[in-house]
Amino acid sequence: MSAGRARAMAVVGMLLAGCASGPTEGAPASAGAGGELTVLAAASLQSPFTRLGEVFEATFPGTTVTFGFAGSSDLVAQLQQGAPGDVLATADTATMGRAAADGLLSGAAQPFATNTMVIAVPAGNPAGIGAFADLAAPDVAVVVCAPQVPCGAATAQVEASTGVTLSPVSEEGSVTDVLGKVSTGQADAGVVYVTDVAAAGDAVEGIGIPPDANTTNSYPIAVLAASGAPELAGRFRDLVLGAQGREVLADAGFGAP
Amino acid sequence: MPDSALRSPRLRTRQAPVGLPHWAALPAGLAVAFLGLPLLAMLSRVSWGQFPALVTSESSRAALALSLRTSVAATVLCLLLGVPLALVLARARFPGQHLVRALALLPLVLPPVVAGIALLYTFGRRGLLGETLQVAGIQVAFSTTAVVLAQTFVAMPFLVISLEGALRTVGQRYDEVAATLGASPTTVLRRVTLPLLAPALASGTVLAFARALGEFGATITFAGSLQGVTRTLPLEIYLQRETDADAAVALSLVLVVVSAVVIAVSRRTRSPW
Repeated sequence: MSAGRARAMAVVGMLLAGCASGPTEGAPASAGAGGELTVLAAASLQSPFTRLGEVFEATFPGTTVTFGFAGSSDLVAQLQQGAPGDVLATADTATMGRAAADGLLSGAAQPFATNTMVIAVPAGNPAGIGAFADLAAPDVAVVVCAPQVPCGAATAQVEASTGVTLSPVSEEGSVTDVLGKVSTGQADAGVVYVTDVAAAGDAVEGIGIPPDANTTNSYPIAVLAASGAPELAGRFRDLVLGAQGREVLADAGFGAP
Repeated sequence: MPDSALRSPRLRTRQAPVGLPHWAALPAGLAVAFLGLPLLAMLSRVSWGQFPALVTSESSRAALALSLRTSVAATVLCLLLGVPLALVLARARFPGQHLVRALALLPLVLPPVVAGIALLYTFGRRGLLGETLQVAGIQVAFSTTAVVLAQTFVAMPFLVISLEGALRTVGQRYDEVAATLGASPTTVLRRVTLPLLAPALASGTVLAFARALGEFGATITFAGSLQGVTRTLPLEIYLQRETDADAAVALSLVLVVVSAVVIAVSRRTRSPW
């Protein structure tokens, strides 16, 4: 816990140093401007966005960034029901498309990161999984996301491109549940996002899927039409899209857009 | 619910005509609105035109059938283990009894997801009993058995608390008479104790069934989610909600109706008091 915190602080310090050496466009204009910002983001963005929130608050003193992390579909459903928010970042373009179709966005959404799929196995790889095709073996207990959720749709695409049909013992409703079944050793393997394995620590090992068989999903970000502070919201979006955002996201395992 | 089983039957018939303070009507009305409005709001979202198709889809039928099957199995397990436990708690005296009672009631207040994690480390593949079970050829992980275990774990306290309260209320006079007439303890239990307990047994069983039917957190943590095997109705609703809100609402209505029937049945079984 404290190690992670120290690491986050180090990143903040590093980014602030970078901030000071190169002039940042928004910084001088908003000095002392303050305000509150609510950022709704996909659950997988929790760790990098929390760090970026600290960067943002340090760059624009007096501002407070509040995050709502949840499944992308949940976030859009909440916004459709009138939940307040300034910035929305989802884990796939389809979900963001639903928000755009409902007129919830101010301007177009922009991609800021990508994520790919990976095989997660418990530490020590007890079932000896070496490649995606090994997951189809009858005695391997493999857990995937249900096709209804984005990570399940991505898994189905990998199945299609590799020609390997899985018979999972469970189709979970969220990627966190898949990871939980793998890290506790309940399952021999699971198909999750690269960033999940990066965040899971020592309990889980990742086994790569070749790029030509893998799928890439794009994470878009947008300022919300109902934002009470569109200028500040735009600055947060720019931070995520910029070099500093890129660095923090890459650290968490996300690919470039 | 269970506390009405604790209430003495004699007290009810002798209610004094004490008036209610008038101010109680307002908060009571608010409470009714607070509990009733969400149900009305959900009803207003049901797309009736598609309702039959939504609740009879293959995945919905599989989830409902699995839910009924596992809840019945869990209720039977609750009866087999919970009735003797209630008898022991109400009638026996032994050191550590308070601890045993606390343990038996713990799942009542424990968050179900915590129950799921605890079950995982007990019956899971790497759990306390997992390897022993695997050697014996019993595979609990990701099986319907896991669903039944999760449901039994969270539902059993409802039966135990109902029965134990009733046992204390009924007292032991009839049992003692039967015993002095030469009946063996098992005969007393079968011919005197259990018939006297019948109403509490019925309402406790119904409550345990309802709790098993609604089980979600422990199941999703411990058993997984696969159509026809582990994906019960609450899990199906949770999954459908991601993509098809209409289907989720329609299935929720099915669970509301089933729950309402369960409450009606449990009320009826209690009237003999």
